[in-house]
Amino acid sequence: MAEFNASTKDLGEVSVIYLQGYLDAHTAPSLENTFSNLIEKGKYCTVVNFTELAYISSAGLGVFMAFIEKMRENNGDIKLSSMSDKVYNIFDLLGFPLLYEIYKTEDEAVNKFIESKNLEK
Amino acid sequence: MKSKNHKLEENELTVKSRTENLSAIRNFVSAGALEIGIPLKIVENIILAVDEACTNIIKHAYKYFPEGEIIVKLKFSREKFTVIIIDHGVPFEPETIPDPDLQTYYRQHRVGGLGMYLMKSLMDEVKYVSVPGKYNQVLLSKNLLTTH
Repeated sequence: MAEFNASTKDLGEVSVIYLQGYLDAHTAPSLENTFSNLIEKGKYCTVVNFTELAYISSAGLGVFMAFIEKMRENNGDIKLSSMSDKVYNIFDLLGFPLLYEIYKTEDEAVNKFIESKNLEK
Repeated sequence: MKSKNHKLEENELTVKSRTENLSAIRNFVSAGALEIGIPLKIVENIILAVDEACTNIIKHAYKYFPEGEIIVKLKFSREKFTVIIIDHGVPFEPETIPDPDLQTYYRQHRVGGLGMYLMKSLMDEVKYVSVPGKYNQVLLSKNLLTTH
């Protein structure tokens, strides 16, 4: 049963992960692999698009917590975008908006990375 | 709410202690709660709380032993919807779980205790009962008269 899927799009400096379906303790390892693969390739600027994510439990939230520092230590970040109200409410309940940048659209999140890279140059 | 047509009823599901069964547990609870007319938004909160409780059982009570049993029972009256989850693993001591602190999670790269916090936030009552050597039981209740 394909209850969860994470696919990646390479935009050069920025990578976008598209989540689909149900992210729980069973499917979280699949997303961990996606993040590990990006880190292996030296890709530290990640936008996670939540448009098609139907459900998230704390095991799913844990994946973002597991990788955020690694990304930031390497001058990158995990920025989140396009959450349904239902998913956002869970992030909000746990105070995640204090730790993560959350944007309405994928484009906004990607552009934030590009702006900050331009400032560095 | 359609519950006036129901007296006190009960419903039960037994699955093995594997994370692959979380979706079956969610579907079971969701179907039962929707059937008696609980609004979808509240059902979504209930199934998340149940998922967190069962994930804790798989990880901590059974320590990922895949042949343990998890029994999920639904009980409802006009006033209250209760999910009772029973396991035969290591007793859980909820008082040993600290309240979540995001800065600590950030430093430790993990989120232990978050599930417990979600359960307490999303439900009206979370109660643990353990009979050592026999079973552990967690009761998750939602008051139906106060919900909108």
